[in-house]
Amino acid sequence: MSHPLLELRGVGKSFAGVEVLRNVNLTINRGEFVAMVGFSGAGKTTLMSLIAGLLSPDTGEILLNGKPITGPGPDRGVVFQNYSLLPWLTVTENIALAVDQIFPTWTREQRANHVAKFIAMVNLTPAAKKRPAQLSGGMRQRVAVARALAMDPEILLLDEPLSALDALTRGTLQDEIERIWEQDQKTVFLITNDVDEAILLADRIVPLTDRPAATLGPSFPVTIERPRDRQRLNHDPRLKLLRREINDWLLTIGRRKPAVQQTERRLPALAVH
Amino acid sequence: MNDRRFAFDWLILPLLGVVACLILWSLSSATWAPKLPSPWKTWEMSRVYVVEPFAKRGELDQGILRFTWYSLILVAKGYFLSLLIATPLGFLLGMSKMLTRTFDPVIQFLKPVSPLAWLPLGLVLFGKSEPAAIFTIALCSMWPTVVNTAMGVRAIPQDYLNVAKVLQLSRWKLLWKVMIPATLPYMFTGFRLSLGIAWLVIVAAEMLTGVPGVGGFLWQEYNSLIYEHILLCILTIGLVGFILDRLMSVIEARFKTA
Ligand SMILES: Nc1ncnc2c1ncn2[C@@H]1O[C@H](COP(=O)(O)OP(=O)(O)OP(=O)(O)O)[C@@H](O)[C@H]1O
Ligand SMILES: [Mg+2]
Repeated sequence: MSHPLLELRGVGKSFAGVEVLRNVNLTINRGEFVAMVGFSGAGKTTLMSLIAGLLSPDTGEILLNGKPITGPGPDRGVVFQNYSLLPWLTVTENIALAVDQIFPTWTREQRANHVAKFIAMVNLTPAAKKRPAQLSGGMRQRVAVARALAMDPEILLLDEPLSALDALTRGTLQDEIERIWEQDQKTVFLITNDVDEAILLADRIVPLTDRPAATLGPSFPVTIERPRDRQRLNHDPRLKLLRREINDWLLTIGRRKPAVQQTERRLPALAVH
Repeated sequence: MNDRRFAFDWLILPLLGVVACLILWSLSSATWAPKLPSPWKTWEMSRVYVVEPFAKRGELDQGILRFTWYSLILVAKGYFLSLLIATPLGFLLGMSKMLTRTFDPVIQFLKPVSPLAWLPLGLVLFGKSEPAAIFTIALCSMWPTVVNTAMGVRAIPQDYLNVAKVLQLSRWKLLWKVMIPATLPYMFTGFRLSLGIAWLVIVAAEMLTGVPGVGGFLWQEYNSLIYEHILLCILTIGLVGFILDRLMSVIEARFKTA
Protein backbone atom coordinates (compact mmCIF):
# COMPACT_ATOMS: atom_id res chain seq x y z
CA MET A 1 0.00 0.00 0.00
CA SER A 2 3.01 2.27 -0.44
CA HIS A 3 1.81 3.48 -3.83
CA PRO A 4 -0.21 6.61 -4.21
CA LEU A 5 -3.71 5.84 -5.47
CA LEU A 6 -3.23 7.65 -8.77
CA GLU A 7 -0.07 8.77 -10.43
CA LEU A 8 0.41 10.54 -13.76
CA ARG A 9 3.96 10.67 -15.08
CA GLY A 10 4.84 12.86 -18.03
CA VAL A 11 1.48 12.34 -19.67
CA GLY A 12 1.02 13.90 -23.13
CA LYS A 13 -1.80 13.70 -25.64
CA SER A 14 -2.30 15.09 -29.13
CA PHE A 15 -5.28 15.07 -31.42
CA ALA A 16 -4.53 15.09 -35.14
CA GLY A 17 -1.13 16.68 -34.62
CA VAL A 18 -2.38 19.29 -32.16
CA GLU A 19 -0.72 18.85 -28.80
CA VAL A 20 -3.41 19.23 -26.14
CA LEU A 21 -1.53 18.00 -23.07
CA ARG A 22 2.22 17.94 -22.46
CA ASN A 23 4.17 16.47 -19.59
CA VAL A 24 1.34 16.32 -17.07
CA ASN A 25 2.45 15.08 -13.66
CA LEU A 26 0.04 14.50 -10.81
CA THR A 27 -0.12 12.36 -7.71
CA ILE A 28 -3.31 11.79 -5.78
CA ASN A 29 -3.30 9.97 -2.45
CA ARG A 30 -6.06 7.88 -0.96
CA GLY A 31 -8.84 9.93 0.59
CA GLU A 32 -7.64 13.16 -0.95
CA PHE A 33 -9.95 15.66 -2.63
CA VAL A 34 -8.05 17.26 -5.48
CA ALA A 35 -9.54 19.94 -7.72
CA MET A 36 -8.19 20.94 -11.11
CA VAL A 37 -9.01 24.39 -12.43
CA GLY A 38 -8.36 25.57 -15.95
CA PHE A 39 -9.56 27.52 -18.92
CA SER A 40 -12.31 26.33 -21.18
CA GLY A 41 -10.96 24.13 -23.94
CA ALA A 42 -7.58 23.75 -22.26
CA GLY A 43 -7.80 19.97 -22.11
CA LYS A 44 -9.47 19.20 -18.81
CA THR A 45 -11.88 16.65 -20.21
CA THR A 46 -9.07 15.13 -22.22
CA LEU A 47 -7.08 14.63 -19.04
CA MET A 48 -10.06 13.10 -17.31
CA SER A 49 -10.73 10.74 -20.23
CA LEU A 50 -7.11 9.63 -20.00
CA ILE A 51 -7.47 8.84 -16.30
CA ALA A 52 -10.81 7.14 -16.95
CA GLY A 53 -9.09 4.99 -19.57
CA LEU A 54 -11.31 6.15 -22.41
CA LEU A 55 -8.24 7.56 -24.15
CA SER A 56 -4.69 6.34 -23.94
CA PRO A 57 -1.77 8.74 -23.52
CA ASP A 58 0.71 9.31 -26.35
CA THR A 59 3.55 9.77 -23.89
CA GLY A 60 4.05 9.00 -20.23
CA GLU A 61 2.03 6.66 -18.07
CA ILE A 62 -0.91 6.63 -15.70
CA LEU A 63 -0.71 4.35 -12.69
CA LEU A 64 -3.55 3.28 -10.46
CA ASN A 65 -2.32 1.60 -7.28
CA GLY A 66 1.06 1.43 -8.94
CA LYS A 67 -0.20 -0.46 -11.98
CA PRO A 68 -0.56 1.12 -15.43
CA ILE A 69 -4.19 1.45 -16.44
CA THR A 70 -5.14 -0.42 -19.58
CA GLY A 71 -8.69 0.78 -20.13
CA PRO A 72 -11.83 1.97 -18.42
CA GLY A 73 -12.92 0.19 -15.31
CA PRO A 74 -15.36 0.40 -12.43
CA ASP A 75 -12.54 1.29 -10.03
CA ARG A 76 -12.85 4.82 -11.45
CA GLY A 77 -16.34 6.24 -11.15
CA VAL A 78 -16.86 8.93 -13.74
CA VAL A 79 -19.36 11.76 -13.73
CA PHE A 80 -19.25 13.13 -17.25
CA GLN A 81 -19.51 16.80 -18.10
CA ASN A 82 -22.93 16.32 -19.69
CA TYR A 83 -24.46 13.81 -17.26
CA SER A 84 -24.50 10.94 -19.76
CA LEU A 85 -27.60 9.29 -18.39
CA LEU A 86 -29.38 6.89 -20.70
CA PRO A 87 -32.61 8.72 -21.57
CA TRP A 88 -34.72 5.58 -22.04
CA LEU A 89 -34.00 4.36 -18.51
CA THR A 90 -35.50 5.71 -15.28
CA VAL A 91 -33.32 7.03 -12.47
CA THR A 92 -33.44 3.63 -10.78
CA GLU A 93 -32.69 1.77 -13.99
CA ASN A 94 -29.78 4.03 -14.86
CA ILE A 95 -28.14 3.32 -11.51
CA ALA A 96 -29.15 -0.34 -11.57
CA LEU A 97 -27.36 -0.78 -14.90
CA ALA A 98 -24.14 0.11 -13.13
CA VAL A 99 -24.87 -1.82 -9.95
CA ASP A 100 -25.95 -5.02 -11.76
CA GLN A 101 -22.78 -4.87 -13.76
CA ILE A 102 -20.43 -4.36 -10.86
CA PHE A 103 -22.01 -6.60 -8.23
CA PRO A 104 -23.22 -9.57 -10.29
CA THR A 105 -22.89 -11.98 -7.38
CA TRP A 106 -25.32 -10.10 -5.16
CA THR A 107 -28.94 -11.14 -4.93
CA ARG A 108 -31.56 -9.15 -6.76
CA GLU A 109 -32.72 -7.71 -3.46
CA GLN A 110 -29.26 -6.66 -2.33
CA ARG A 111 -28.75 -4.82 -5.57
CA ALA A 112 -32.14 -3.12 -5.39
CA ASN A 113 -31.38 -1.97 -1.85
CA HIS A 114 -27.99 -0.69 -2.92
CA VAL A 115 -29.56 1.32 -5.75
CA ALA A 116 -32.22 2.74 -3.42
CA LYS A 117 -29.59 3.72 -0.88
CA PHE A 118 -27.67 5.85 -3.34
CA ILE A 119 -30.82 7.43 -4.75
CA ALA A 120 -31.67 8.41 -1.20
CA MET A 121 -28.15 9.71 -0.63
CA VAL A 122 -28.64 12.32 -3.36
CA ASN A 123 -32.20 13.07 -2.20
CA LEU A 124 -33.90 11.70 -5.30
CA THR A 125 -36.16 9.02 -3.86
CA PRO A 126 -39.35 10.79 -5.02
CA ALA A 127 -37.97 10.92 -8.58
CA ALA A 128 -36.73 7.33 -8.67
CA LYS A 129 -39.18 6.25 -11.35
CA LYS A 130 -38.70 9.28 -13.59
CA ARG A 131 -36.72 9.44 -16.79
CA PRO A 132 -33.91 11.95 -17.25
CA ALA A 133 -36.03 14.13 -19.55
CA GLN A 134 -38.45 14.73 -16.68
CA LEU A 135 -35.68 15.92 -14.35
CA SER A 136 -34.02 19.29 -13.94
CA GLY A 137 -30.34 19.72 -14.75
CA GLY A 138 -29.42 19.59 -11.07
CA MET A 139 -31.38 16.40 -10.53
CA ARG A 140 -29.77 14.75 -13.52
CA GLN A 141 -26.38 15.66 -12.21
CA ARG A 142 -27.25 14.09 -8.86
CA VAL A 143 -28.28 10.89 -10.63
CA ALA A 144 -24.94 10.87 -12.39
CA VAL A 145 -23.16 11.34 -9.06
CA ALA A 146 -25.26 8.59 -7.45
CA ARG A 147 -24.47 6.24 -10.31
CA ALA A 148 -20.75 6.84 -9.95
CA LEU A 149 -20.86 6.46 -6.16
CA ALA A 150 -22.98 3.30 -6.31
CA MET A 151 -20.18 1.62 -8.24
CA ASP A 152 -18.10 2.04 -5.08
CA PRO A 153 -15.08 3.18 -7.07
CA GLU A 154 -11.66 3.82 -5.61
CA ILE A 155 -11.65 7.28 -7.05
CA LEU A 156 -14.44 9.54 -8.19
CA LEU A 157 -13.71 11.58 -11.32
CA LEU A 158 -16.00 14.60 -11.63
CA ASP A 159 -15.81 16.60 -14.87
CA GLU A 160 -17.29 20.05 -14.26
CA PRO A 161 -20.30 18.42 -12.64
CA LEU A 162 -21.88 21.70 -11.66
CA SER A 163 -20.88 24.18 -14.34
CA ALA A 164 -24.10 23.84 -16.32
CA LEU A 165 -26.23 24.69 -13.30
CA ASP A 166 -27.60 27.94 -11.95
CA ALA A 167 -25.89 29.51 -8.97
CA LEU A 168 -28.41 28.36 -6.36
CA THR A 169 -28.56 24.74 -7.47
CA ARG A 170 -24.82 24.82 -7.73
CA GLY A 171 -24.49 25.85 -4.12
CA THR A 172 -26.84 23.12 -2.93
CA LEU A 173 -24.98 20.48 -4.90
CA GLN A 174 -21.61 21.72 -3.67
CA ASP A 175 -22.87 21.17 -0.13
CA GLU A 176 -24.09 17.75 -1.13
CA ILE A 177 -20.77 16.75 -2.66
CA GLU A 178 -18.98 17.92 0.45
CA ARG A 179 -21.36 15.97 2.69
CA ILE A 180 -20.97 12.79 0.65
CA TRP A 181 -17.21 13.16 0.62
CA GLU A 182 -17.09 13.59 4.41
CA GLN A 183 -19.32 10.53 4.79
CA ASP A 184 -17.48 8.23 2.42
CA GLN A 185 -13.96 9.65 2.53
CA LYS A 186 -13.68 8.74 -1.13
CA THR A 187 -10.80 9.96 -3.18
CA VAL A 188 -12.12 12.66 -5.49
CA PHE A 189 -10.67 14.35 -8.55
CA LEU A 190 -12.86 17.31 -9.41
CA ILE A 191 -12.55 19.37 -12.57
CA THR A 192 -13.98 22.84 -12.41
CA ASN A 193 -13.63 26.26 -13.98
CA ASP A 194 -14.69 27.90 -10.73
CA VAL A 195 -11.81 28.67 -8.40
CA ASP A 196 -14.14 29.38 -5.48
CA GLU A 197 -15.81 26.01 -5.91
CA ALA A 198 -12.39 24.37 -5.85
CA ILE A 199 -11.45 26.23 -2.66
CA LEU A 200 -14.72 25.29 -1.01
CA LEU A 201 -14.39 21.59 -1.72
CA ALA A 202 -10.78 20.55 -2.23
CA ASP A 203 -7.78 19.73 -0.08
CA ARG A 204 -5.51 20.78 -2.88
CA ILE A 205 -5.92 22.69 -6.12
CA VAL A 206 -3.90 22.07 -9.27
CA PRO A 207 -4.17 24.63 -12.07
CA LEU A 208 -3.93 23.68 -15.73
CA THR A 209 -2.26 26.09 -18.15
CA ASP A 210 -4.11 27.31 -21.21
CA ARG A 211 -3.85 25.52 -24.53
CA PRO A 212 -2.01 24.42 -26.48
CA ALA A 213 0.19 21.86 -24.79
CA ALA A 214 -1.42 22.44 -21.42
CA THR A 215 0.34 21.20 -18.36
CA LEU A 216 -0.32 21.22 -14.63
CA GLY A 217 1.09 23.93 -12.37
CA PRO A 218 2.11 23.62 -8.73
CA SER A 219 -0.36 22.43 -6.11
CA PHE A 220 -2.11 25.05 -4.03
CA PRO A 221 -3.06 23.41 -0.72
CA VAL A 222 -6.30 24.58 0.86
CA THR A 223 -5.71 24.72 4.58
CA ILE A 224 -9.10 26.07 5.57
CA GLU A 225 -10.60 23.71 8.15
CA ARG A 226 -13.69 21.62 7.49
CA PRO A 227 -16.60 21.67 7.45
CA ARG A 228 -16.41 24.76 5.32
CA ASP A 229 -19.39 27.00 5.54
CA ARG A 230 -20.07 28.85 2.32
CA GLN A 231 -21.37 31.99 4.04
CA ARG A 232 -18.46 32.27 6.42
CA LEU A 233 -15.92 31.33 3.78
CA ASN A 234 -17.06 34.24 1.67
CA HIS A 235 -15.52 36.68 4.14
CA ASP A 236 -12.51 34.57 4.98
CA PRO A 237 -9.29 36.39 4.07
CA ARG A 238 -7.63 33.05 3.36
CA LEU A 239 -10.13 32.42 0.59
CA LYS A 240 -9.49 35.79 -0.94
CA LEU A 241 -5.75 35.32 -0.78
CA LEU A 242 -5.85 31.83 -2.28
CA ARG A 243 -8.27 32.91 -4.96
CA ARG A 244 -5.96 35.76 -5.94
CA GLU A 245 -2.89 33.53 -5.97
CA ILE A 246 -4.52 30.94 -8.19
CA ASN A 247 -6.04 33.49 -10.53
CA ASP A 248 -2.73 35.28 -10.85
CA TRP A 249 -0.98 32.04 -11.62
CA LEU A 250 -3.55 31.12 -14.26
CA LEU A 251 -3.54 34.52 -15.91
CA THR A 252 0.24 34.89 -16.00
CA ILE A 253 2.10 31.61 -16.06
CA GLY A 254 -1.06 29.75 -17.05
CA ARG A 255 -1.40 31.97 -20.09
CA ARG A 256 2.35 32.28 -20.51
CA LYS A 257 2.20 36.05 -20.11
CA PRO A 258 4.15 38.55 -18.01
CA ALA A 259 2.74 39.29 -14.58
CA VAL A 260 -0.51 41.27 -14.60
CA GLN A 261 -0.71 44.47 -12.62
CA GLN A 262 -4.33 44.22 -11.74
CA THR A 263 -4.48 41.38 -9.28
CA GLU A 264 -8.24 41.71 -8.92
CA ARG A 265 -8.90 40.31 -12.37
CA ARG A 266 -10.67 37.07 -12.17
CA LEU A 267 -11.07 33.86 -14.10
CA PRO A 268 -14.47 32.71 -15.33
CA ALA A 269 -15.03 31.93 -11.65
CA LEU A 270 -18.17 33.12 -9.90
CA ALA A 271 -18.23 34.58 -6.45
CA VAL A 272 -19.02 32.19 -3.63
CA HIS A 273 -22.71 32.20 -3.19
CA MET B 1 -61.48 29.19 -29.75
CA ASN B 2 -58.56 26.83 -29.89
CA ASP B 3 -60.91 23.94 -30.59
CA ARG B 4 -62.39 25.78 -33.52
CA ARG B 5 -58.99 26.58 -34.87
CA PHE B 6 -58.11 22.90 -34.54
CA ALA B 7 -61.31 21.79 -36.30
CA PHE B 8 -60.63 24.26 -39.09
CA ASP B 9 -57.04 23.15 -39.60
CA TRP B 10 -57.56 19.43 -39.29
CA LEU B 11 -61.09 18.88 -40.54
CA ILE B 12 -62.45 21.70 -42.67
CA LEU B 13 -59.32 22.33 -44.73
CA PRO B 14 -58.63 18.65 -45.53
CA LEU B 15 -62.30 18.20 -46.42
CA LEU B 16 -62.08 21.16 -48.79
CA GLY B 17 -59.15 19.44 -50.47
CA VAL B 18 -61.17 16.27 -50.94
CA VAL B 19 -64.12 18.20 -52.34
CA ALA B 20 -61.87 20.08 -54.76
CA CYS B 21 -60.51 16.77 -55.98
CA LEU B 22 -64.00 15.32 -56.45
CA ILE B 23 -65.01 18.38 -58.48
CA LEU B 24 -61.93 18.09 -60.68
CA TRP B 25 -62.66 14.39 -61.12
CA SER B 26 -66.32 15.04 -62.09
CA LEU B 27 -65.36 17.82 -64.47
CA SER B 28 -62.72 15.67 -66.11
CA SER B 29 -65.06 12.76 -66.65
CA ALA B 30 -67.67 15.16 -68.03
CA THR B 31 -65.31 16.89 -70.44
CA TRP B 32 -61.95 15.70 -71.71
CA ALA B 33 -61.92 12.16 -70.30
CA PRO B 34 -65.20 10.55 -71.24
CA LYS B 35 -63.94 7.09 -70.34
CA LEU B 36 -63.26 8.13 -66.77
CA PRO B 37 -66.27 7.12 -64.67
CA SER B 38 -67.71 9.96 -62.61
CA PRO B 39 -67.53 9.79 -58.80
CA TRP B 40 -71.21 8.99 -58.61
CA LYS B 41 -71.01 6.24 -61.19
CA THR B 42 -68.01 4.81 -59.39
CA TRP B 43 -69.98 4.68 -56.18
CA GLU B 44 -72.99 3.06 -57.84
CA MET B 45 -70.90 0.33 -59.37
CA SER B 46 -68.74 -0.23 -56.30
CA ARG B 47 -71.49 -0.18 -53.78
CA VAL B 48 -71.86 -3.91 -53.39
CA TYR B 49 -68.12 -4.29 -52.78
CA VAL B 50 -68.14 -1.59 -50.12
CA VAL B 51 -71.41 -2.40 -48.40
CA GLU B 52 -70.53 -6.07 -48.13
CA PRO B 53 -66.80 -5.65 -47.72
CA PHE B 54 -66.11 -9.22 -46.64
CA ALA B 55 -68.44 -11.06 -49.00
CA LYS B 56 -67.03 -13.86 -51.09
CA ARG B 57 -69.06 -14.45 -54.20
CA GLY B 58 -66.35 -16.10 -56.22
CA GLU B 59 -62.58 -16.32 -56.50
CA LEU B 60 -62.36 -13.00 -58.30
CA ASP B 61 -65.53 -11.40 -56.99
CA GLN B 62 -65.09 -10.57 -53.32
CA GLY B 63 -65.73 -7.63 -50.98
CA ILE B 64 -63.09 -4.94 -51.15
CA LEU B 65 -61.87 -5.40 -47.59
CA ARG B 66 -61.52 -9.13 -48.18
CA PHE B 67 -59.22 -8.36 -51.08
CA THR B 68 -57.44 -5.81 -48.93
CA TRP B 69 -57.00 -8.43 -46.24
CA TYR B 70 -55.33 -10.83 -48.71
CA SER B 71 -53.01 -8.05 -49.78
CA LEU B 72 -52.17 -7.09 -46.21
CA ILE B 73 -51.28 -10.66 -45.31
CA LEU B 74 -48.92 -10.90 -48.24
CA VAL B 75 -47.43 -7.51 -47.41
CA ALA B 76 -46.95 -8.56 -43.79
CA LYS B 77 -45.01 -11.65 -44.85
CA GLY B 78 -42.72 -9.72 -47.16
CA TYR B 79 -42.38 -6.81 -44.75
CA PHE B 80 -41.35 -8.94 -41.77
CA LEU B 81 -38.87 -10.84 -43.88
CA SER B 82 -37.52 -7.48 -44.97
CA LEU B 83 -37.16 -6.19 -41.39
CA LEU B 84 -35.57 -9.43 -40.32
CA ILE B 85 -32.83 -8.92 -42.87
CA ALA B 86 -32.63 -5.14 -42.89
CA THR B 87 -32.32 -4.40 -39.17
CA PRO B 88 -29.25 -6.53 -38.44
CA LEU B 89 -27.75 -5.44 -41.76
CA GLY B 90 -28.27 -1.80 -40.80
CA PHE B 91 -26.62 -2.43 -37.43
CA LEU B 92 -23.61 -4.04 -39.03
CA LEU B 93 -23.24 -1.22 -41.52
CA GLY B 94 -23.63 1.37 -38.76
CA MET B 95 -20.96 -0.25 -36.62
CA SER B 96 -18.33 -0.82 -39.26
CA LYS B 97 -16.91 1.83 -41.55
CA MET B 98 -15.32 -0.91 -43.60
CA LEU B 99 -18.62 -2.69 -44.21
CA THR B 100 -20.23 0.63 -45.09
CA ARG B 101 -17.56 1.38 -47.67
CA THR B 102 -17.88 -2.13 -49.05
CA PHE B 103 -21.63 -2.32 -49.35
CA ASP B 104 -22.78 1.26 -49.71
CA PRO B 105 -22.24 1.32 -53.49
CA VAL B 106 -24.13 -1.96 -53.87
CA ILE B 107 -27.03 -0.60 -51.82
CA GLN B 108 -27.17 2.65 -53.76
CA PHE B 109 -27.15 0.52 -56.88
CA LEU B 110 -29.95 -1.84 -55.82
CA LYS B 111 -32.16 0.78 -54.22
CA PRO B 112 -33.60 2.31 -57.38
CA VAL B 113 -34.39 -1.01 -59.05
CA SER B 114 -38.15 -1.16 -59.61
CA PRO B 115 -40.28 -3.96 -58.15
CA LEU B 116 -41.39 -4.65 -61.72
CA ALA B 117 -37.83 -5.65 -62.44
CA TRP B 118 -37.39 -7.89 -59.38
CA LEU B 119 -40.63 -9.77 -59.76
CA PRO B 120 -39.76 -11.76 -62.87
CA LEU B 121 -36.49 -12.74 -61.21
CA GLY B 122 -38.48 -13.89 -58.18
CA LEU B 123 -40.70 -15.98 -60.44
CA VAL B 124 -37.66 -17.52 -62.05
CA LEU B 125 -36.10 -18.28 -58.66
CA PHE B 126 -39.16 -19.56 -56.80
CA GLY B 127 -41.45 -20.68 -59.57
CA LYS B 128 -44.60 -19.69 -57.70
CA SER B 129 -46.23 -16.29 -57.51
CA GLU B 130 -46.59 -15.91 -53.75
CA PRO B 131 -42.93 -16.48 -52.83
CA ALA B 132 -41.98 -14.30 -55.79
CA ALA B 133 -44.17 -11.50 -54.44
CA ILE B 134 -42.72 -11.88 -50.93
CA PHE B 135 -39.22 -11.84 -52.36
CA THR B 136 -39.95 -8.65 -54.28
CA ILE B 137 -41.54 -6.89 -51.32
CA ALA B 138 -38.67 -7.81 -49.04
CA LEU B 139 -36.04 -6.73 -51.52
CA CYS B 140 -37.66 -3.41 -52.38
CA SER B 141 -38.75 -2.37 -48.91
CA MET B 142 -35.63 -3.16 -46.90
CA TRP B 143 -33.50 -0.19 -47.95
CA PRO B 144 -35.02 2.56 -45.81
CA THR B 145 -34.66 0.33 -42.74
CA VAL B 146 -31.07 -0.53 -43.62
CA VAL B 147 -30.13 3.08 -44.25
CA ASN B 148 -31.95 4.56 -41.24
CA THR B 149 -30.77 1.90 -38.81
CA ALA B 150 -27.19 2.41 -39.92
CA MET B 151 -27.62 6.16 -39.57
CA GLY B 152 -29.07 5.68 -36.07
CA VAL B 153 -26.17 3.50 -34.99
CA ARG B 154 -23.69 6.08 -36.26
CA ALA B 155 -25.58 8.80 -34.38
CA ILE B 156 -25.36 7.10 -30.97
CA PRO B 157 -23.80 9.78 -28.74
CA GLN B 158 -20.25 9.01 -27.70
CA ASP B 159 -21.36 9.70 -24.10
CA TYR B 160 -23.57 6.62 -24.05
CA LEU B 161 -20.76 4.49 -25.40
CA ASN B 162 -18.40 5.97 -22.81
CA VAL B 163 -20.83 4.99 -20.05
CA ALA B 164 -20.87 1.47 -21.44
CA LYS B 165 -17.08 1.41 -21.52
CA VAL B 166 -16.70 2.65 -17.96
CA LEU B 167 -19.16 -0.01 -16.79
CA GLN B 168 -17.39 -2.58 -18.97
CA LEU B 169 -20.69 -3.82 -20.35
CA SER B 170 -20.45 -7.06 -22.28
CA ARG B 171 -21.04 -6.88 -26.04
CA TRP B 172 -24.46 -8.41 -25.58
CA LYS B 173 -25.47 -5.89 -22.91
CA LEU B 174 -23.98 -3.05 -24.92
CA LEU B 175 -26.20 -4.06 -27.82
CA TRP B 176 -29.42 -4.54 -25.88
CA LYS B 177 -29.07 -1.94 -23.15
CA VAL B 178 -27.43 0.87 -25.10
CA MET B 179 -27.22 0.52 -28.85
CA ILE B 180 -30.68 -0.80 -29.68
CA PRO B 181 -32.58 1.63 -27.42
CA ALA B 182 -30.50 4.53 -28.72
CA THR B 183 -31.19 3.51 -32.32
CA LEU B 184 -34.91 2.73 -31.93
CA PRO B 185 -36.22 6.13 -33.10
CA TYR B 186 -34.20 5.88 -36.30
CA MET B 187 -35.16 2.25 -36.76
CA PHE B 188 -38.83 3.10 -36.56
CA THR B 189 -38.49 5.85 -39.12
CA GLY B 190 -37.00 3.18 -41.35
CA PHE B 191 -39.78 0.72 -40.49
CA ARG B 192 -42.41 3.28 -41.43
CA LEU B 193 -40.82 4.14 -44.76
CA SER B 194 -40.30 0.45 -45.49
CA LEU B 195 -43.94 -0.33 -44.83
CA GLY B 196 -44.93 2.40 -47.29
CA ILE B 197 -42.79 0.81 -49.97
CA ALA B 198 -44.00 -2.69 -49.15
CA TRP B 199 -47.57 -1.54 -49.71
CA LEU B 200 -46.57 0.16 -52.93
CA VAL B 201 -44.94 -3.02 -54.17
CA ILE B 202 -47.78 -5.38 -53.32
CA VAL B 203 -50.09 -3.84 -55.87
CA ALA B 204 -47.53 -4.15 -58.63
CA ALA B 205 -46.71 -7.68 -57.55
CA GLU B 206 -50.36 -8.75 -57.56
CA MET B 207 -50.98 -7.16 -60.92
CA LEU B 208 -48.16 -9.10 -62.50
CA THR B 209 -48.84 -12.41 -60.79
CA GLY B 210 -52.62 -12.36 -60.56
CA VAL B 211 -52.63 -13.24 -56.87
CA PRO B 212 -56.04 -12.34 -55.40
CA GLY B 213 -55.90 -9.02 -53.59
CA VAL B 214 -56.59 -5.37 -54.31
CA GLY B 215 -53.98 -5.18 -57.03
CA GLY B 216 -55.10 -8.43 -58.61
CA PHE B 217 -58.69 -7.26 -58.54
CA LEU B 218 -57.72 -3.96 -60.12
CA TRP B 219 -55.97 -5.64 -63.00
CA GLN B 220 -58.77 -8.13 -63.55
CA GLU B 221 -61.40 -5.38 -63.64
CA TYR B 222 -59.29 -3.46 -66.12
CA ASN B 223 -59.30 -6.50 -68.33
CA SER B 224 -63.07 -6.79 -67.87
CA LEU B 225 -63.44 -3.13 -68.79
CA ILE B 226 -65.12 -2.22 -65.46
CA TYR B 227 -63.25 1.02 -64.98
CA GLU B 228 -65.25 2.06 -61.92
CA HIS B 229 -63.56 -0.72 -59.99
CA ILE B 230 -60.15 0.55 -60.96
CA LEU B 231 -61.03 3.75 -59.17
CA LEU B 232 -62.43 1.85 -56.22
CA CYS B 233 -59.14 -0.03 -55.93
CA ILE B 234 -57.08 3.14 -56.23
CA LEU B 235 -59.05 4.77 -53.44
CA THR B 236 -58.74 1.69 -51.26
CA ILE B 237 -55.01 1.40 -51.85
CA GLY B 238 -54.54 5.05 -50.99
CA LEU B 239 -56.66 4.84 -47.87
CA VAL B 240 -54.97 1.71 -46.55
CA GLY B 241 -51.53 3.19 -47.25
CA PHE B 242 -52.52 6.32 -45.39
CA ILE B 243 -53.80 4.38 -42.39
CA LEU B 244 -50.66 2.22 -42.24
CA ASP B 245 -48.48 5.31 -42.32
CA ARG B 246 -50.50 6.98 -39.54
CA LEU B 247 -50.27 3.86 -37.37
CA MET B 248 -46.52 3.68 -37.83
CA SER B 249 -46.20 7.38 -37.07
CA VAL B 250 -47.98 6.88 -33.78
CA ILE B 251 -45.59 4.08 -32.83
CA GLU B 252 -42.63 6.11 -34.05
CA ALA B 253 -43.66 9.11 -31.96
CA ARG B 254 -43.81 6.93 -28.86
CA PHE B 255 -40.18 6.01 -29.27
CA LYS B 256 -39.14 9.58 -30.02
CA THR B 257 -40.14 10.76 -26.58
CA ALA B 258 -38.47 7.84 -24.85
N1 LIG C 1 -11.61 13.47 -29.65
C1 LIG C 1 -11.02 14.64 -30.01
N2 LIG C 1 -10.54 14.81 -31.26
C2 LIG C 1 -9.94 15.95 -31.63
N3 LIG C 1 -9.77 17.00 -30.81
C3 LIG C 1 -10.22 16.91 -29.57
C4 LIG C 1 -10.87 15.72 -29.09
N4 LIG C 1 -11.22 15.91 -27.80
C5 LIG C 1 -10.81 17.15 -27.48
N5 LIG C 1 -10.20 17.75 -28.53
C6 LIG C 1 -9.61 19.09 -28.52
O1 LIG C 1 -8.76 19.17 -27.42
C7 LIG C 1 -8.90 20.43 -26.78
C8 LIG C 1 -9.24 20.25 -25.33
O2 LIG C 1 -10.54 19.71 -25.21
P1 LIG C 1 -11.20 19.35 -23.82
O3 LIG C 1 -12.57 18.86 -24.07
O4 LIG C 1 -10.29 18.44 -23.09
O5 LIG C 1 -11.24 20.78 -23.10
P2 LIG C 1 -11.88 21.17 -21.70
O6 LIG C 1 -10.81 21.80 -20.92
O7 LIG C 1 -12.57 20.02 -21.09
O8 LIG C 1 -12.93 22.27 -22.13
P3 LIG C 1 -14.31 22.68 -21.44
O9 LIG C 1 -13.98 23.52 -20.26
O10 LIG C 1 -14.98 23.46 -22.51
O11 LIG C 1 -15.02 21.42 -21.10
C9 LIG C 1 -9.92 21.21 -27.55
O12 LIG C 1 -9.26 22.12 -28.41
C10 LIG C 1 -10.65 20.17 -28.34
O13 LIG C 1 -11.06 20.70 -29.57
MG1 LIG D 1 -14.48 19.60 -20.61
